[in-house]
Amino acid sequence: MATVELRFSALPEHVRTARLVAAAVARRAGVDEAVLDEVRLAVGEACTRAVGLHQNGGITAPVKVSLIEEEKQFSIEVGDEAPHLPFVAGSPGAGGDEVEAEEDEMGLAVISGLVDDVEVTAGEDGGLIRMTWPTTPPVVPLA
Amino acid sequence: MDLSLSTRTVGDRTVVEVGGEIDVYTAPKLREQLVELVNDGSFHLVVDMEGVDFLDSTGLGVLVGGLKRVRAHEGSLRLVCNQERILKIFRITGLTKVFPIHTSVDEAVAATD
Repeated sequence: MATVELRFSALPEHVRTARLVAAAVARRAGVDEAVLDEVRLAVGEACTRAVGLHQNGGITAPVKVSLIEEEKQFSIEVGDEAPHLPFVAGSPGAGGDEVEAEEDEMGLAVISGLVDDVEVTAGEDGGLIRMTWPTTPPVVPLA
Repeated sequence: MDLSLSTRTVGDRTVVEVGGEIDVYTAPKLREQLVELVNDGSFHLVVDMEGVDFLDSTGLGVLVGGLKRVRAHEGSLRLVCNQERILKIFRITGLTKVFPIHTSVDEAVAATD
């Protein structure tokens, strides 16, 4: 199971909380200090995207963030419950949301530019962005 | 940390000093500020980002929107930023080619290209 799990109402004001928690857990897990800014930004982008998908789709379910500490790596999964239908060009309802689609793409562009190990999956029950960073074993503090 | 905004006029330029975090929650405030300036006839803007701690794609979207607005009036939107972590976001999105980015407000205000 996840080391820390976070669920928040799909509201913009909570994205900052998710960033802060993710960065704190990543630091503890041994993610390099120099990479923490990237973790913060990437998780923020993923949560922003999920909040947008929920708000646009009128979905009341919370956005879920799982922070997973594993051997030599740290992963963050951001899950939304927006149904991602298989893309059909010219399908009804696909137009009119160009600005939102652009913003959505910009968020994903930032994530893929920042994170080397990223997986985006989507289905009828929702989507998931999984991002992974290497960790170094924590240094035992001096007593 | 919230977003702080202040504006001042330097010659024919309007300098918008931004501080704090620009994200999905605070970006609408920056958008409102830029829209208001353009509606009031300020078409040459310098956005000073030296006090910005965090910027995400929502913030980038607002800056691009601001640029489109001033360009519609043959204006300009210049950025002031020296922080590597903020510059990196402009670089990975290719926006360094879209925005003139300066190292100081003085340089941005003096720029005419």
